[in-house]
Amino acid sequence: MYKVIEKKQLSDQVFKMKIEAPLIAEERKAGQFVIVQKDTNYGERIPLTIADADSEAGTITLIFQTVGKTTTELSMFEPGDYIENVLGPLGKPTHIDKLGTIVCVGGGIGVAPMYPIAQALKAAGNRVIIIIGARNKDLVIMEDEMRAIADDLIIVTDDGSYGRKALVTGPLKELCENDPPDQVVAIGPPIMMKFCAETTRPFKVPTVVSLNTIMVDGTGMCGGCRVSVGGKTKFVCVDGPEFDGHQVDFDNMMLRLGSYKEREKEELHKCHLEGQIKARERKS
Amino acid sequence: MEAKTVQAKTNADLKREADELFREIDGRELKGKDRLKLPPQEMPTQDPMERIRNMNEVAVGYYEHQVRVEAARCLQCNPAPCIKGCPVAINIPAFVKAAEEGDYQESVRIIKESSLLPSICGRVCPQESQCQATCTVGRAKKDPLLSVSIGRIERYVADLERESGRKSIPEIAPDTGKKVAVVGSGPAGITVAADLRKAGHEVTVFEAFHKPGGVMVYGIPEFRLPKAIVEEEIETLKQMGVEIRTNFLVGRTRKLTDLIEKDGFDAVFIGSGAGLPKFMNIEGENLVGVLSANEYLTRSNLMKAYDEDNADTPIFHSKRVAVLGGGNVAMDSARTAQRLGAEKVFVVYRRTLKEMPARVEEVHHAMEENIEFMFLHSPQRILGNEKGRVKALELLTYELGEPDDSGRRRPVPIEGSESILDVDTVIVSIGNDSNPLLEHTTDNLETNKWGNIVVDDDLKTSIDKVYAGGDIVLGAATVILAMGHGRKAAKAINEMLSAE
Repeated sequence: MYKVIEKKQLSDQVFKMKIEAPLIAEERKAGQFVIVQKDTNYGERIPLTIADADSEAGTITLIFQTVGKTTTELSMFEPGDYIENVLGPLGKPTHIDKLGTIVCVGGGIGVAPMYPIAQALKAAGNRVIIIIGARNKDLVIMEDEMRAIADDLIIVTDDGSYGRKALVTGPLKELCENDPPDQVVAIGPPIMMKFCAETTRPFKVPTVVSLNTIMVDGTGMCGGCRVSVGGKTKFVCVDGPEFDGHQVDFDNMMLRLGSYKEREKEELHKCHLEGQIKARERKS
Repeated sequence: MEAKTVQAKTNADLKREADELFREIDGRELKGKDRLKLPPQEMPTQDPMERIRNMNEVAVGYYEHQVRVEAARCLQCNPAPCIKGCPVAINIPAFVKAAEEGDYQESVRIIKESSLLPSICGRVCPQESQCQATCTVGRAKKDPLLSVSIGRIERYVADLERESGRKSIPEIAPDTGKKVAVVGSGPAGITVAADLRKAGHEVTVFEAFHKPGGVMVYGIPEFRLPKAIVEEEIETLKQMGVEIRTNFLVGRTRKLTDLIEKDGFDAVFIGSGAGLPKFMNIEGENLVGVLSANEYLTRSNLMKAYDEDNADTPIFHSKRVAVLGGGNVAMDSARTAQRLGAEKVFVVYRRTLKEMPARVEEVHHAMEENIEFMFLHSPQRILGNEKGRVKALELLTYELGEPDDSGRRRPVPIEGSESILDVDTVIVSIGNDSNPLLEHTTDNLETNKWGNIVVDDDLKTSIDKVYAGGDIVLGAATVILAMGHGRKAAKAINEMLSAE
């Protein structure tokens, strides 16, 4: 049982949750994730990246977006409630080296997993430029935390309601043109990572992406998370989650992410119908 | 074989026949030739057309008089070849004799001297290639399938004890002050944990999943091994004082060596299983609708995706399914797909029925359930539609050539024999490699070229105080072999700890 210590809503759909998990807090390194399951009997196991940890307090911080049933229910947990299962830390930690200048691109909720990586890269002596991208001002998260570690922070929004009106690839391309960085790390929606990789490819700037795919066990046993990297099948849970963005087959990955979309839609439709029936019952 | 292919008899017929036979032999002194005349007792099962619509156990278990008749078929050989065939050397003639006499409590007591999990082994052991392979009755009848059904008798007496609630907790020796860590809660881990706890050591079992039981919980389906039975065995372990820590992945949550160096464990046993699914490396394998058997079965069994009203974990609503492979896991996958509502399920296997590694009983059950077997076929590539979903499988037909290293005739492709099989789901069930996680996160842990942990005769690894057994050493094998390993490792660990 893992106690919820703190919960904070960061935006309409994004929640930050501090959870008591002393062993994970002690062992985790930047880039790793956990599998969370709210109840043992029927809950779904979902991977969530560790955004931060406090080994002394024995807590880890998760930041997640309510995209499905499990994340929505998780967002309703309050401090003092218990999550039944949290497994981790999983995946290979980020390879942290002093390389020179590194551009960290975080899109939407991807800013959360970027935070510990940017922190570690900075601590290793790199010059760290951070690009935060969001659809609009309300969806920009962790700006203060990122500003505290960034040598330069660029914020872009799709609608221009905050920072520059641009996609993250805009400033990324300019940086590559003016003074190519030694490495780019991009974390966000698959489509964003795909275009970040396409942006840096002509400049031959090594680009690391962190993938979040469908998983069941998170330990290498099911293979549901497999992606094609450089023509070879890799398991995100044990070989990743970080890969060379120039080698990842993002189109296949996006298709695989939608594996159960029809089922999920059905579920939503069922919920909707049930809601209508209830409303009618109430009327009569 | 033919005796098993058709079950024309209903369960009521089986019961009536056994009742009559028992009346004839009850109280009579039976000679060897009388015993050999007794007909083998068939296992009562759920009707095939009924059972494919539910997840309940297929085999419902012997009626009492069936047990008495089946046990009376045993010739009480001395020496007994069946004992040699059993990986944990159960005193088979003795427990069968007790069952024949109706002393079921004594019968199960004898089994438990050697095996911890009789209700489980009675169900999932491949008896026909172990104890029953060498049975004199089967030899006399020139068909190992006509041997005494040792496993079915074992199941009956074990279930009777379990259901009676009289189950005894083994005696625990006084505290030794030694601590042992067990990695993995499958059959190997459970056996090690129980044996070492009985010897008075403090035992902690670490399990990565949220539920203990390993392959018996995530892999083997409910219709073959009810999960309630596994849960009871785990409960017994807890009552003995074994601590079970779920959500603990040794290698990640804690390094293996840290268990000894930081956490004060005096020994570690690794029983983490064979957990990395193999794929065919053919075109289209990453299309939506291609899954490993591990994923498919874990979704259905551990995550209970078959229970759609309650479970949050989704599973494909497949119409036409191809299962690639010919082992027990392939049978489990095919039969699960059938129960989840598939209209047609195919098992695609490179060789023929004779070479199939799956248990005869499982293949027989699958055939009864209208699973279609495509022997001498092998997938060439998987074809997808415009949405990246599986739409068909391209197959190549094979014929059997000369015997290969394994002694089985090698399948040879027939040129130009390509054909297309329309399917929407492909379940890859061609085995597992070892999970490399422990190897990658532990310095100096020696493994072989398949990634299996290398051990000596005492199952000790290249690291001091660290032992390993079960599938992580053997490659994918069986529950009973894992238990046999567990027993052996526990003995070695116990000796090591006592010598200190």
